[in-house]
Parts: sequence; C-alpha cells; structure tokens
Amino acid sequence: MRVALFVSCVNDALFPRTGRSVVAVLERLGHEVVFEPAQTCCGQMHWTTGYHREAEGLARRFCEVFAGHDAIVTPSASCAATVRNAYPRLVGGDPPPVHEFTEFLTDVLGVTDVGAVFPHRVAYQPTCHSLRALGLGDRPLRLLREVRGMELADLDRAEECCGFGGTFAVKNADVSVAMVADKVRHLRDTGADVVCAVDTSCLTHIGGALSRLRSGVRTVHLAEILAGAGS
Amino acid sequence: MTEKFAVAAGEALRDTGMRRALRLATASARDRRADAVAELPDWEALRDAGSAIRRRALLDLDALLTGLEAAVTEAGGRVRWAGNAASARRIVEELAPDRAVLAGAVLAEIGLEPCGDPAEAACTVTGADFLVAETGTVVVLADPAPAGALVAVAGIEQVVARWRDLEVLLQLWPRSAGGSRMNPVTTMWTGIDLVLLDNGRTRALGDPLGREALTCIRCTACSSACPVYERVGAGPYGGVLPGPIGAVLTPLMHGIGPAHRASLPFASTLCGACADVCPVRIDLPGLLVMLRARVVESRRRRPVPTPELALMRSLAWTMSEGRRYEQALAQTTRWARVLSRNGTIKRLPGLFGKWTEARDLPAPPRQGFRAWWRGR
Repeated sequence: MRVALFVSCVNDALFPRTGRSVVAVLERLGHEVVFEPAQTCCGQMHWTTGYHREAEGLARRFCEVFAGHDAIVTPSASCAATVRNAYPRLVGGDPPPVHEFTEFLTDVLGVTDVGAVFPHRVAYQPTCHSLRALGLGDRPLRLLREVRGMELADLDRAEECCGFGGTFAVKNADVSVAMVADKVRHLRDTGADVVCAVDTSCLTHIGGALSRLRSGVRTVHLAEILAGAGS
Repeated sequence: MTEKFAVAAGEALRDTGMRRALRLATASARDRRADAVAELPDWEALRDAGSAIRRRALLDLDALLTGLEAAVTEAGGRVRWAGNAASARRIVEELAPDRAVLAGAVLAEIGLEPCGDPAEAACTVTGADFLVAETGTVVVLADPAPAGALVAVAGIEQVVARWRDLEVLLQLWPRSAGGSRMNPVTTMWTGIDLVLLDNGRTRALGDPLGREALTCIRCTACSSACPVYERVGAGPYGGVLPGPIGAVLTPLMHGIGPAHRASLPFASTLCGACADVCPVRIDLPGLLVMLRARVVESRRRRPVPTPELALMRSLAWTMSEGRRYEQALAQTTRWARVLSRNGTIKRLPGLFGKWTEARDLPAPPRQGFRAWWRGR
C-alpha cells in the first residue's frame, strides 16, 4: 500500500526519530511511504488558540499538498484530530483521509504484532486527543502488548490530561505545571523507565518536566517502540 | 475588578487546604458519577434525549415563557420579569418583604445571600432547577420547607416544554450532579410567585454558541471532571458559574470586553473530559475554541498588534510556503542549539520563558526529519 506521511512540524524539527520510526515500521510491513516535501503544519496551534484566519490558510494548504493521496498517516493524534474535526469547520467538505499511526496499523492494515523488541519497563500515557478526540480506545495498547521483552506498567489516573494544552502551557503556565507535576508523580510511581504516547507534543511537556527533575525517565513516541529492534 | 484567570489561578494554586479539599471532592464526585452512569444501559440515549429537550426548549423559548406565565398565573401565582440582577433583587424585596433566603446558584447570581429561617419567615425565597411551561410548575431539587409563601427565582433558560420532559431530566441530573440514582427530595410547586431572570441570557441566546451553552442543566459534572477546576477551584472563574461551563457562559452572557472575561475561554487544555460527562452533550471544547477566536478577532483591530498576534501571524506566514519553512527551521535549529547545554534548553526568552520556568526543552537535532528523508 502507498502511504503518505504527514510527519508534523514538531516531529520534523524536534523529534525526527518519530518520523523515521514510522517509516521503518511501515516499510518493514511491506508498504511504500511517500513524503510530500511541501508539507509544513496542520494549523492546530492556530486553531486551538483562536487564530482561525491563519488556521484556515494552513488547512487549505494541507489539503492541496495532500490532494490525491488515499491514505495519509501521521504520528500525531492531535494533528489527526485537527484535520478530522476542525477542517470541516474551517474549509468545509470532507477532510483529507488522515489516520493516526496506531489507528492505521490496527484498523487499516489490521496488524498488532509488528515484530518489535523493546526490553524496558514502559508506561503508556493515553493523550487527550488520542483518547477523546479520536477515540483510539485500546488500539495503542493492543500494539504495545505484542512488543517482545517489554513490561507494560499500569498508570494511575492515566486518562487525566498532562496539562500541556498547546498554548495553555504558557498562557496558564502555573496550572499547567501543577497538572504535569501530578502526572509525573503518577508516572514515577509506576517504576517505568520509559514513557510513551502517540502525541509528541504531550511527550515534550511530560518529558520536559521529567528532565527538569533529572528523573532519568525518558519519553519516546510509541512508533519508536514499534520500530525497536532491542535498543 | 476580577483578575485575569491565570493570575487568580496562580494564587489559588498556593492554597494547600483548598487543593486537598478539591482533590478529594472532585475525585469522589467523578467516581460516584461514573458508578451511577454505568448502571444505566441507556445512558447515552438519555443524554441524546436530554440534549434534544433542552435544545428544543431554547428554540421555542418565547412561546414557552409566555405559556409558562399564563399557566402560573392561572394557578394563582405571579410572574415577574427581571432584566438584570438589581431588578431581580428589587422584585424579590417587593414580593417578599419578610423573608428567608435559601442557597442557590441563581440567588447568588442576583446577589442574595442565604439568610433567615424558612420555618419562621412569612416568605421563603428559593432558586429553581426546572420550570415546566405546560403546567406552570417550579421544580426544586430540594425541600425549601417554607412555613409561609414561596417565591422562586429562575433563569429564563431553565424552562422545558412538557411535564414528561422531566422524566429524562430527573434521571440525568441526579446521576450527573451527585452520582445518585434519584434526587433524595424533589419538590414541585404550581402557582407560586416566580421571578424570571434574564441577566445576559437573551444576549447569549442570540448567539449559536450561547444557545448551545444555555442548554446546561447546572449539574456541575463538567467542573468535577475538569483537571483545571480540580486545581484552582471556583474563584478564578470569577462569575457565579465555575468550571468549563462558566468559562463559556460567563463571557457569552456578559461579553468578552474586560480582560478577565476574555481570559476565561483560554482556561482549559481542551482535554475534553467535560464533554465526555455533560448530560446534555454540550460541546464544551468546541465552544471554548470558537470563543477564543472571538477574543482573538476583537484584538486584531488594535493599532499595535499584541506580541502573540505578531508571533502567530509570522508563524503562519512561515508555514505557508515550503522553502520559507525550511529556512526558518534551519535558522531556529541553529539558535536553539546555541541556547542548549548537553542537548537540553533550560531557559528560553520572551513568551517561551513561561515554558522553561518549570520544564526543559530538548535541543533540536542537527538533522531534522526532512533532511534525513532527502539523504536516504
């Protein structure tokens, strides 16, 4: 199958390993990945912060860049939710066929075992957009349960927001920090060495707090675990 | 003058006792609600019905209110109309000169503090939870236990068309509000004096966003579900109504002019926990996003753009062309790497400084994704 990758601006700039891992998994499963070099940003931050004129421009651009693709995969649940839920309001019509990465693997390709090895104790954070905006349910967990050598830790209050919320993290920094402090406490209680999710921006937030505390716990996108061959 | 949400929240976060009390109270409310809702196999259908009942009531509000007035009058009560809080207080003083006042959200809205003893006063003033237009009935989800006459104060949006609409609402409300199967004491009064309060509701009703928000049945499930409310409590929301619904209804009823009310729609991570529990399916995150756009639009006309507007515009401009984006990416990466130590950025300038107050940021790697893709 021919799949267009929307890597997302955050992954493009800060976490290229996320994109490389998506490519690795899809190619390992025998699919062809294409990358439209004109892609930039889906406009999520402009949309959620209220800059809808700017978001509309970026949404139109996204639709042009990905026109003609039957399947677009993105390792960002919040970007997928933006395209799916906000684009009809911003530009009208059916949104481009964007799939969040784990949704694509489980629903479209019908796989849960992608042959991954990841010998670590891992906590999974179901991010708000993956859980409530996209309704991914246990799809990411179904993939994680098939990973060899991995111990999946139970996370208390997993479904509670980490406090990121896009520009909320700076506009309401105090509340945001209070929330991530609790998230970090629950994560550390699991004894996990690695925290994973399907949204890099939430991971940047959680990881930023873990790093400031010198916790030694690291964050990885779930795709990196699925691409893992034992690192 | 009320402070902006972020400022008031910063102070509230330091209140150790409140933090503890709220943590326990919201956790318990969430658990009780979840248990009560799980018992009903048709909960989602009930939510649909509740939403439809409330939406229809607001669309027919003019007819329902005149019908309600006629029915109350016919049953022997008086209906008085109050445009704002001060007018409502005056009417209450007139209708009930010797009175006890009970606690209630609408009563707090018009500035009436609880006082007196209903067992002794000639008149008891109560809030109302629902009004039924066809019968002229005031539904109070408590027992006001008045010795004398009863005067109810209600928002004009609290009316529903038919008696049988209560079948749905009286299932939704107790399970959402307190996790009860049914409300312990529900009293229904037909033909009592009724003060109908506008106080910004007509303004909200003229707006599609406001019409959705006013379907609220004041159960407070969204507040208990909200991780922001759990940490800051009701205070920073200013108005009478806290939590996510307050963050949309207060600006919709009274406008986004003052800085405090303009800050309310931003007091959410848009996590969606509120929408998941709302018994009448109000799309709270969607309303918050649309209200944010109103606030942003109101600021575009300023002669000097806010730093945020300048940043957002320049980002959108950068993102609107592939080459421009790549050049900006390369430049930002270089600067970010200069600011970093051991692959970590610990302090950022300007608007981004709020991030690094408590959180690190990883330095961008030399080779971004697209560079890697090109080179493979």
